[in-house]
Amino acid sequence: MSRRVVVVTAGLSVPSSTRLLADQLAEAVTAQVTARGEGLEVEFIELRELAGELATFMTSGGVPTAGLTRVREQVSSADGLIAVSPVFTASYSGLFKMFFDALDTDALNGMPVLIGATAGTARHSLVLDHAMRPLFAYLRAVVVPTGVFAATEDFGDKGLADRVSRAAAELAVSVLSQGGYAVGFTPNAAGGPRRTAGTRIEDEVTPFSQLLEGHSGI
Amino acid sequence: MQFGIFSVSDVTVDPTTGNRPSEGERIEAMTRIALKAEEVGLDVFATGEHHNPPFVASSPTTHLGYIAAKTENLILSTSTTLITTNDPVKIAEDYAFLQHLSGGRVDLMMGRGNTGPVYPWFGKDIRDGIKLAVENYHLLRLLWREPVVNWKGEFRTPLQGYTSTPAPLDGTPPFVWHGSIRSPEIAEQAAYYGDGFFHNHIFWNKEHTEQMVKLYRRRFEHYGHGAADQAYVGLGGQVFMAETEAEAKKVFRPYFDNAPVYGHGPSLEDFSEMTPLTVGTPEQVIERTLGFADYVGDYQRQMFLIDHAGLPVETVLEQIEILGKEVVPVLRTEFERRRPAHVPSDPPTHASLVAAGPDSLHHAVEPVKVRKAAEAAASGAGVTA
Repeated sequence: MSRRVVVVTAGLSVPSSTRLLADQLAEAVTAQVTARGEGLEVEFIELRELAGELATFMTSGGVPTAGLTRVREQVSSADGLIAVSPVFTASYSGLFKMFFDALDTDALNGMPVLIGATAGTARHSLVLDHAMRPLFAYLRAVVVPTGVFAATEDFGDKGLADRVSRAAAELAVSVLSQGGYAVGFTPNAAGGPRRTAGTRIEDEVTPFSQLLEGHSGI
Repeated sequence: MQFGIFSVSDVTVDPTTGNRPSEGERIEAMTRIALKAEEVGLDVFATGEHHNPPFVASSPTTHLGYIAAKTENLILSTSTTLITTNDPVKIAEDYAFLQHLSGGRVDLMMGRGNTGPVYPWFGKDIRDGIKLAVENYHLLRLLWREPVVNWKGEFRTPLQGYTSTPAPLDGTPPFVWHGSIRSPEIAEQAAYYGDGFFHNHIFWNKEHTEQMVKLYRRRFEHYGHGAADQAYVGLGGQVFMAETEAEAKKVFRPYFDNAPVYGHGPSLEDFSEMTPLTVGTPEQVIERTLGFADYVGDYQRQMFLIDHAGLPVETVLEQIEILGKEVVPVLRTEFERRRPAHVPSDPPTHASLVAAGPDSLHHAVEPVKVRKAAEAAASGAGVTA
């Protein structure tokens, strides 16, 4: 069974160092998954292309725009997520946060996630553990232990490649260890709420007799 | 089919003049809008209910009672009545009283309210919204249908030997709609009791509205009230009209761009594509509105939001004039042309509910249970015979 990993990247320039790191992470994860005899499809989401729709979503009380709806479903139905942001003003970028703010609270339940960040200086490296990791913890995703931070100078340093492959191996194991998720159908392993993109009204509904139980006044 | 106006009662600065109407002027404007709706042959006026600025509509039955005294035919409704933070006992009393004052020209739309801080002001918690809607509405049904109520629930002080006064006009409770944008539980609630379901529609894409209405229709049939396409559906709509599309857009654009709900966000053009908003000629409004039935099925009530975002009352009255004179007559004809014979044209009215008699399931607190008991009795009788 081929797995599917979605890469969400919040770089703003073209080409961006954030996308460069995202490419390296995606290639390394593909290598790690295929080395284990499984197939992997990788899909990239450039948040820059969604900037207008995210602004519409935020300023209209959540009107679901077509592109954003498609991407929300694409992310929640994936087997794993690679999320990479540039560091702006001591944290992930506003665009990166807007995207995750636009997801349903159950959109990433149990999702294996590899986090990455880029900046001009290594002084920002704690953004991974002080900002990105709590964000995904709140969303009940499973963030792999190694996060990959790349300052500009790291792109000439072998240490980056080592960290990329260590993180990629962790994500590969995590992706392969979970069964295929189908949005809205499969309960997660912990028996918690299932993962859902929240973009559709689900066909299953709680029967009214259950809703009324204890509230009929008798 | 019924057509009407629904108002959210916002006091908003007119962005083209900087004028902010006083609360008194806004209340007066809403009254004039309701009277205009009757004058041009629309069927329904519905007022919102809010308990926080910038809205004025905190006392719907006071306002609707005043409008009732000045109208003959207009159905007075709500958009919505807060079933979560209001005491259902007071809703039962107030709206039964309004029925008597208006000769039965009353129905209600239940809603939960989405403003978090309003809940604690009334001793409630927004996180209990669905449970409050379920418990309070069930109590409301009891109060309108049982002469003496003994009741104990989670959210309100218990009732012993309580009789709600006045009893509903002609012993017939008003028809109720349930409004919800995205809560399947509320579509389920409407379906369970055989009540109407209203989708606000105007801030959402049609695919979403379609899914909610279909869920309600499917569950309406499941509970045995009729076929799915016979369920009672109402929709919102939002329009602004002029002789040409360019003129309509020119006049409406500053109001759109500065509107409290979506201003400073999507463009008028994008929002018109994403949602049912139609800014153009009466013909364009007719075409777009008729298209609603293609995705929700043939329905019974169409409400329009006209008076918001600081539009001056004179402009709103002109819009209602165009709706009543040019748009709605065509919509009435065309919607009936496409409607199959077995699909009701109108939702239940006081007259139709009285005509159905005291034994109709409208008088059952839980129609599903009464129907099932009757069916069981009938099949039992069949076996012994």
